Amino acid sequence: MRVLIPSALHSYTGRPWVEAQGTTVAAVLDDLDRQFPGIRFRMIDEQGRIRRHIRLFHRREMVVDLGLPLPADDELMIVQALSGG
Amino acid sequence: MTTHETPPGNPVLLVATRKGAWLYHADAARRTWRVDGPHFLGHIVNHLVLDPRDGRTLLAAAKTGHLGPTLFRSTDLGQTWQEAAKPPAFGPAANSLDARAVDHTFWLAPGPAGEPDVWYAGTSPQGLFRSEDGGRHWAPFSCINDDPQYRHWFGTVQDGTPDGPKLHSIIVDPRDPRHLYFAMSGGGVHESTDGGRSFAPLVDGMEVVAGFDPAEIAFHDPHCVRACPGNPDRLYQQNHCGIYRLDRPGRRWQRIGRNLPPAIGDIGFPLVLHPRDDRTLWVFPMDGSDVWPRTSPGGRPAVYATRDGGETWQRQDAGLPADQAWWTVKRQAMTADRHDPVGLYFGTTSGELWQSRDEGGHWECVARHLPEIYALETAYPR
Repeated sequence: MRVLIPSALHSYTGRPWVEAQGTTVAAVLDDLDRQFPGIRFRMIDEQGRIRRHIRLFHRREMVVDLGLPLPADDELMIVQALSGG
Repeated sequence: MTTHETPPGNPVLLVATRKGAWLYHADAARRTWRVDGPHFLGHIVNHLVLDPRDGRTLLAAAKTGHLGPTLFRSTDLGQTWQEAAKPPAFGPAANSLDARAVDHTFWLAPGPAGEPDVWYAGTSPQGLFRSEDGGRHWAPFSCINDDPQYRHWFGTVQDGTPDGPKLHSIIVDPRDPRHLYFAMSGGGVHESTDGGRSFAPLVDGMEVVAGFDPAEIAFHDPHCVRACPGNPDRLYQQNHCGIYRLDRPGRRWQRIGRNLPPAIGDIGFPLVLHPRDDRTLWVFPMDGSDVWPRTSPGGRPAVYATRDGGETWQRQDAGLPADQAWWTVKRQAMTADRHDPVGLYFGTTSGELWQSRDEGGHWECVARHLPEIYALETAYPR
């Protein structure tokens, strides 16, 4: 799974595209956190909710359920919403 | 009570701003400052604190406009930083109450000398957290975060400070680590004598906005509470509704701000105590009239000092702009060093850093054009 990381989180990954394993969005995020400790909490709060200014897209569709299944060898795009100041 | 000690070296000012953090290192005369920063450029840094117990460990409470909150830790005065492995975060839903998420950590407080790795943190929305490993891992502390009575006293987001209701002013009695205080905007002042197993309100004598019932703890809005360094039985408080003193074991706050000039009033946010004299403190009054402009009254900023526990107050504005200066000072953005005479420092909402080397007698601008200053601490690294 290729995952696009927003610039605000490059301090964790050092690059915009990374590889992560998992058959759901939640599992991919867990694997990202294993590789880059702390990155998940910056995107997902302690109640499992996607933070206000973070958006995840899979095949051009916005992810609203972290349980969404993901096929292998696909792409997940994480972006920061262009809101706020 | 007045005590004396030798300051342990040159002070460093820890400047936390809306867009990052800076360290200002003083020379021995406190006349020139070496600037180190920015750290975390673009991050909202609500508090930057040096552990006074080891003189080495810095903790920074940070988030950005787009990302969730976290804490960073440094043991080399900011040359390198490590993120906390587990920042403050609430637990799952409990007691049939809504589950909450920390928006930002607002207040950091080192624990007592006898517990060298203990830190406390206060968050927005109101939550109390504790670390027992020097700030690496944090856990909810005490029952208050998910206590139905405290949830009622927390109020809602609409009841709190514009950028979120806050738990702040965490005070650990240096004589007894089981004796704790904290305050909430809004939600009152609270005390524990059993190490945080339970807390109870300590609001007698505190006023609330006219027309509201002071018996309702949720209506109380303490802005900043401090315990005198040399006399922990004496507390001072800057509140939404005035300035107060409390001498323990008494339980009734006495409003001492009434003695300020009526045209200035006793509304404000920061309150700074003399490091050795429990009768001396400084405040920075703010315009809290009608729509709460949150500026200096009349555009003429001034510190007010008392040297008799609040009986009388003196205006200290020498060197400050004489007019048309519409900034103010947030609750964490004013501090004192431990020199004799005491150095005072404040950071403004307009990004200026000011100092006085003579206990407020004269003021000089140390820096301009910083981002909005959220917090300022004096530190003595070792």
